[in-house]
This record gives sequence, C-alpha cells and structure tokens, in this order.
Amino acid sequence: MPILEVQHINKSFGQTQVLNDISFSLERGEAMAIIGSSGSGKTTLLRCLNFLETPNSGKIIVNEETLFDGSRPTQPSDAEIRKKRLHFGMVFQSFHLFPQYTALENVMLASLLLAKERPDYKQNKRVIHEEIEHHAIALLEQMSLNGRMTHYPHQLSGGQQQRVAIARALALKPDILCFDEPTSALDPELTDEVLRVIRGLADKHTTMIIVTHEMAFARDVADHVVFMDDGVVVEEGRPQDVFENTQNERTKAFLHRFSQNS
Amino acid sequence: MNISVIFSSLAVSFGINFKIFIITLLLALPFGLLISFGAMSRFRPLRYLIKTLVWVIRGTPLMLQIIVIFYGPGLLWDGDLLPRLTATYVAFSVNYACYFSEIFRGGIQSIPRGQYEAGQVLGMTKSQIFFKVTLLQVIKRVIPPMGNEFMTLIKDTALANIIATKEIIMMSKEFATKGLIWPLFSTALFFLAFCGILTLLFNWLEKKMDYFRV
Repeated sequence: MPILEVQHINKSFGQTQVLNDISFSLERGEAMAIIGSSGSGKTTLLRCLNFLETPNSGKIIVNEETLFDGSRPTQPSDAEIRKKRLHFGMVFQSFHLFPQYTALENVMLASLLLAKERPDYKQNKRVIHEEIEHHAIALLEQMSLNGRMTHYPHQLSGGQQQRVAIARALALKPDILCFDEPTSALDPELTDEVLRVIRGLADKHTTMIIVTHEMAFARDVADHVVFMDDGVVVEEGRPQDVFENTQNERTKAFLHRFSQNS
Repeated sequence: MNISVIFSSLAVSFGINFKIFIITLLLALPFGLLISFGAMSRFRPLRYLIKTLVWVIRGTPLMLQIIVIFYGPGLLWDGDLLPRLTATYVAFSVNYACYFSEIFRGGIQSIPRGQYEAGQVLGMTKSQIFFKVTLLQVIKRVIPPMGNEFMTLIKDTALANIIATKEIIMMSKEFATKGLIWPLFSTALFFLAFCGILTLLFNWLEKKMDYFRV
C-alpha cells in the first residue's frame, strides 16, 4: 500500500493552469525526485501537498486517509488543515528559519507548541520539555551541527541554515518530507553538505519528495524520478529509466539542455 | 518671583504633558495595532472604512481635532463638554493610533511570506504564528520609526493649550502675560531633556534587539 497517493490534481491561478491532472504514488521509505524546468509546476505541487495552496480538484491520500478531496463541497476548517499538514514536512528553498530563535529553539518551537495541547502537559511539563530538547539535539547532531545549537540563523552559513531547517522539519516526525529546491539558494560547496545529509536521510529510508535541479543527485539518491513539464507529468520511473532510457522527447530535450549547461 | 518657584511650577505643568504622553501611548499603541489589522482586512468595507478614517485623521491638523472633540458635542447637539484633559486624551489617542497603525502595517507587511508559511507547515495556529514568530520581528522593525513618533508626540502635547489644558506652554504663557517672557523659552529645556532620555531609551532598545537580524 503506498504511503502517498496523488490522484488527478489540477490547479490553476486565474487563467493559467499550473498543474494538469497530476497523479503519482509513493511507497513508504522511498525517495522521489521531481525534476523539470522552472515554471513546470513542481513547487506548486509541493505547496498543494503541504496545504499552502488548495488544488481545484483531485485527491490526496496519505496512509489510506483522504486528506484532500476536491469533489467534497465543504472547506475544511483551519484546525483540520493544521492536523493534515503534520503528515508532511517542508524544507524551503530559502530556509525560512525564525531569525529570533537559536538553531535549537528553531527545531524545538513547533514541538513545544504542539505539546501544550496534550492533556498531560501541565503535570509533565519538565519531562516533555526535556524529551523535546533531547530529540532536537539528536536531530541537529545528525545534521552535523554539533557546536552550532545556540547560534542564531544570521550567524550560520546558508548550508548550516538549511540543515537546521531540515532538522526543524524532521522534529515533528512527518510521514513524508518535502524538499523544495533545497540547494538552489546555496553556493556549490555549501550544496554538497546539504545534499550529503539528504543522502543520509535516504539511506535511512526516510520517505521524501525532492524537487531539485541537481540531476546527478536525483539519479543517485532517488528511487523514483518524475519529470514534469508545463504542469503535467511527462515521464516517470526508476532513475535509470528516466535518465538513460528516456522515452519522451521533452524529457530528452530537458536532460540534454542540462548536461550542456553543467 | 524667583527662578526656582517658576521652574517648579513649569515642572509641575510638564507633568500634564507627560501624562498626555503616557496615556496616549497606552491607548494608541493597542488601538493602532487593531486599526492596522482593519487596514489589512480581507473584508473590503472594513478596509475602506479604516483607510478613510486614517486619511481624515492624518490629513487634518491635530490642533483642529482637539478643538472639534472638545467643542464639537456642545456645538452640534448641545451636549456636555468633555473635561479638557479627557478631550485631549481622546484626540491624541485617535490621532496617534492612526499614525501607529501605518507603522505597524508597514512592519507586518515587511515580514516575508516565508515566515508565515514556515509556521503553517509546522502546524502552528494563526495566533501562534503571530505571537511566536512574527511579533518580535515586527517590533524590531518598528522601533526606529516609533522612536520618531514618540518624540513628535511629547512635543505635540503642547498643542493641548489650544483648549486651555494646563500644560507647560499654557503655564508659561501665564507668566508671559505677567510680563515674564523667559519662562516660555525655557520650556524648551524640558522637551530637550525628555527627548534626550527617549533617544537613550530607544538606543538601548535597538541594542537589546541586536541579537537577531530580520
């Protein structure tokens, strides 16, 4: 049973159709790479999964639970959307760390706020706080950020900030972690350190969707590659199929352009 | 009349200026925030209403607003006059709330969308995002323009003398009518000293907020 099923998602902004009948599924523990040129709808697709945009139609099913059904007439309440979002984690292109909090506080904040909704929060405040802190420290260590925990975002390099952002997304233990061009805002040398931790997550079979322009990385790390163009899934399959036995002309042209540029 | 007596009576009347200053801030800061929410509301009639209010208040002299609030009820429907000080507080609070609202709006709208979205995808509620994520960033951004407004406010309190509120300029004019002109000029010292303290306070606040960048 796939952990995520996306069925016939459509999304338009005004007259422009950005997503056109997108369907795919993702197995637990799989890493999926979405490639394609700018404006092909990759980011919008991730934003739909995270409920930052609402699709016009289609279905999003996680763990057999229908999170979104465009044919249902009633709009979900804010509280419902909040709960649904927690199935997904999101790492943004430009990090979006909270500047007034240290690396550790950034990772802990959402967990602490969620813990306050637990009925036993008042009695076990200290224990809960410590658990959350330990978990956050472990995540930052996993991101090789020992010694950076009490730094504020502006004191960290872009690569370090992005790794804090990954730890922050992991802190809530999402079913599926989404990356929206996680290295596009980084210098080449900083790109590598971020790709290394994402690779580490893939080795641990973290379920991930990675929108990326790093073709070599997508080929190496992903179990499944989706090529999008103009709001449609043009080609998908195992990396070797998409990259080596490319079927579609549009995919060929895109990959050709990319190999020329790099 | 010796100098110390004059100065102490000026100091006492400057207490009225200070009181207007404090009460205006206590009312105008929260109201300004509310008005800024109204100005950013997605409900169009409310937004236009608020924008019109801000336009009228910022587009007319504060002195005139004080006069209207003090004499208006009596002239329009034979209503009772508000006590002078109350009328002063109302006029100043409404006026400054409108100016503050524009500063807050600027501060709030300058926070990148990504901050809200990062909070949203982490499952935070709207109020958690406001209080835990954006508020401090907004405060940091509005401190410099607020410093300006605070200074303008303490000097504007002198306008209250138009309805004979016993503030420092009013008091010094009483000395002037008795032939003593220097107390009027010496009121500058009170304003200067007060603005000096405000400058120090705001420098300190900016330093306090220096630990993060927005």
